[in-house]
Amino acid sequence: MSFVVPKESFNGKVLSVDFGAGDKSLVIGGDSALPFLAFEGEIPNKPVIAHEIQDCAPDDWPETVRNEYKDVSGDPVTWAKHCQDQLNAKAIALRLVSTHPDRGDRSAEEASQTIKDVLAAVNIPLIILGSNHIEKDASVLVSAAEAASGQNCVIGKAQEGNYKTIVAAALAHNHKLIAMSELDINLAKQLNILITQMGFDKEKLITDPMCSALGYGLEYTYSVMERIRLAGLAQNDPTMQPPIFGDVGMYVWKVKETVAEENEVPDWGTLAERGVAWETLTATSMILSGTNLLVMRHPRAIENIEKTVDELV
Amino acid sequence: MALTGVQIFKLLPKTNCKKCGFPTCLAFAMKLAQGGADISACPDVSEEAKATLGEASAPPIRSFNLGTGDKAVKMGAETVMFRHEKKFVNPCAVAVNVKDTDDNLAATAEAVAQSEIDRVGQKLRVDAISIECASGDSATYEAAVKSVAEKAPDAALILNCKDAAAVEAAVKAVADRKPLINGATDENAEAMAAIAKAHACPLVASADGLEALSTLTEKIKGFGVEDIVLDSGAKSAKEIIEHNTQIRRAALKKSFKPLGYPVINNVIRDDSILEASIASVAIAKYASIVVISSIEKWKTLALFTQRQNIYTDPQVPMQVEQKIYEIGEPTADSPFMITTNFSLTYFIVSGEVENSKVPSFLAVMDCEGLSVLTAWAAGKFTAAKIAAFIQESGIADKISTKELILPGQVAILSGALEDKLEGWKITVGPREANAIPTYLKGRA
Repeated sequence: MSFVVPKESFNGKVLSVDFGAGDKSLVIGGDSALPFLAFEGEIPNKPVIAHEIQDCAPDDWPETVRNEYKDVSGDPVTWAKHCQDQLNAKAIALRLVSTHPDRGDRSAEEASQTIKDVLAAVNIPLIILGSNHIEKDASVLVSAAEAASGQNCVIGKAQEGNYKTIVAAALAHNHKLIAMSELDINLAKQLNILITQMGFDKEKLITDPMCSALGYGLEYTYSVMERIRLAGLAQNDPTMQPPIFGDVGMYVWKVKETVAEENEVPDWGTLAERGVAWETLTATSMILSGTNLLVMRHPRAIENIEKTVDELV
Repeated sequence: MALTGVQIFKLLPKTNCKKCGFPTCLAFAMKLAQGGADISACPDVSEEAKATLGEASAPPIRSFNLGTGDKAVKMGAETVMFRHEKKFVNPCAVAVNVKDTDDNLAATAEAVAQSEIDRVGQKLRVDAISIECASGDSATYEAAVKSVAEKAPDAALILNCKDAAAVEAAVKAVADRKPLINGATDENAEAMAAIAKAHACPLVASADGLEALSTLTEKIKGFGVEDIVLDSGAKSAKEIIEHNTQIRRAALKKSFKPLGYPVINNVIRDDSILEASIASVAIAKYASIVVISSIEKWKTLALFTQRQNIYTDPQVPMQVEQKIYEIGEPTADSPFMITTNFSLTYFIVSGEVENSKVPSFLAVMDCEGLSVLTAWAAGKFTAAKIAAFIQESGIADKISTKELILPGQVAILSGALEDKLEGWKITVGPREANAIPTYLKGRA
């Protein structure tokens, strides 16, 4: 018996989505094979890692990662420039944390000004994320879309409870949109359908089936993402073909493994490496299961994931 | 090639004697075809039929142990490509490589011996030590292997050495540990197979690419060694994911026997975190043994956790222990909430409570791993059961006001609970976990 490479080819294809304006714009998706199996299909674009910044000081980030940005994080523009110029970020994800009613309740107008300032300061693509407060995001992200009009940003996240206004704004100002549902392939599919029924082009959509941290439900995220990919490729389900988004940093940098000092948990080893490894391995698992666009925090974790991606392609 | 139930039936005695535990020979044949029974259950089957069936009904990926004793690691026997289809059964062994010239050899072996940690009820440890013959000297190698074996009495041993004479001496010194010999190449296959066969040890077949590897495993099998581990020569992460995927597909979907064995991947890198990342590629993508160069505690914790996630049974909800969890540093005046023990429910609820920065008590009740609404619908999260759990938990002595916050999804239970939990105030909390921070801060 001689060995024949067992190849599988699919009818479906992951949609490719470009974002950003000018020569730093990026493209994700376009795959006609499962993640990193380039021997049997096209994988034209690497997963992209965006550096997360926020519109207020990251007081809620654990020290290990907060310290990395201690000289720049007081101001989102400085922080964004630092990521672009010092850390060679490919993209920036600006989270409008301070618009959350519990985190300062800043107005949509203030958020718009921050977005305009950041956009004026950097030329890499911008992902604009709300505070994950359903009602507040519904107004903040509408203003955000307007403030970033013409910049081809990624805006998110639109969820079942607030997607209508956000979709309309993304449509009007020509942005890409993240649709988020909670760890269920059917919910992800349903939300994509609802959004496209509003006239939003599925080729501008990015699916966030909800990330989880290593050790905290990662297996669910991993399998939901694999199933979405298989549905898009093998079953050629058009509603399951948008690229996948993974909000890695915010899930990782709150679990005990990224926070607890070594003297509290001597069996867990040094905190500095542990935190970086936790974010790195969470992200590695995400790209293996199909994530195309990731948002991460620690520069060393991002560096390790970019090296891993370079080895994988 | 696998046989159909009818083809198997023709080979059976057709006496319907029921000794196999099935009502008829046909029923037994059908079960054999699905891999759900073993031919040895039939006392009357002919040797000839047994041989035919044995070959055809062997699992597509051969299964055997790495190491001996109760810490031995079972490998192989996987049946699917994706974990959502069916559980990945035998978690990838984590092995650390040491060189026989390394002064820290014994210290590494001792670290392996003490590497066990507990994570959500499972005891996890570095499973194996790979001893590399870097000296090129048989005596040095044998001494190193002996020293490692002694310092790490429960770990599986991997003899990472392509020199048959050095391997032979080392194997003799630790034969009772059934070391995995790594191993055989096209050049030394006959000599290595002879050693493996004489000591009943498994053998790694190393070749460059899958075609050469298939030829080599057939050759080794011809020399009488059946417990083979595959090393395709994959070095980069791309080669690891591509080779491992092709190996598993060939074995499962094409019944290609020459690659129906467990896989070993070497992922050694200069940077320890990058090494962990590449190791996690191997763990997720079908390796049975992953060899790393160092075992810092943070690194093995992350790898064990990832392995546990990948190898969790997707059909059985992950559960957390039933108890009152303290989040932050709660005092007698802190809020007291309840939820069910589905791990995802617990992770999300406890995460949101943490986010709120309001120290709290969270009662997690055993509902067989069901989420709140499902557990309520299934009659496992009822007023009577909640009341019994709260009373037995002893929480009443820890808090000043007897107030229980119930998930909004089961607001309907609040009346019945007030009747059953005398002296308690039952408050209905938010329906969704993401509303918890606002809710808790609003109370404070």
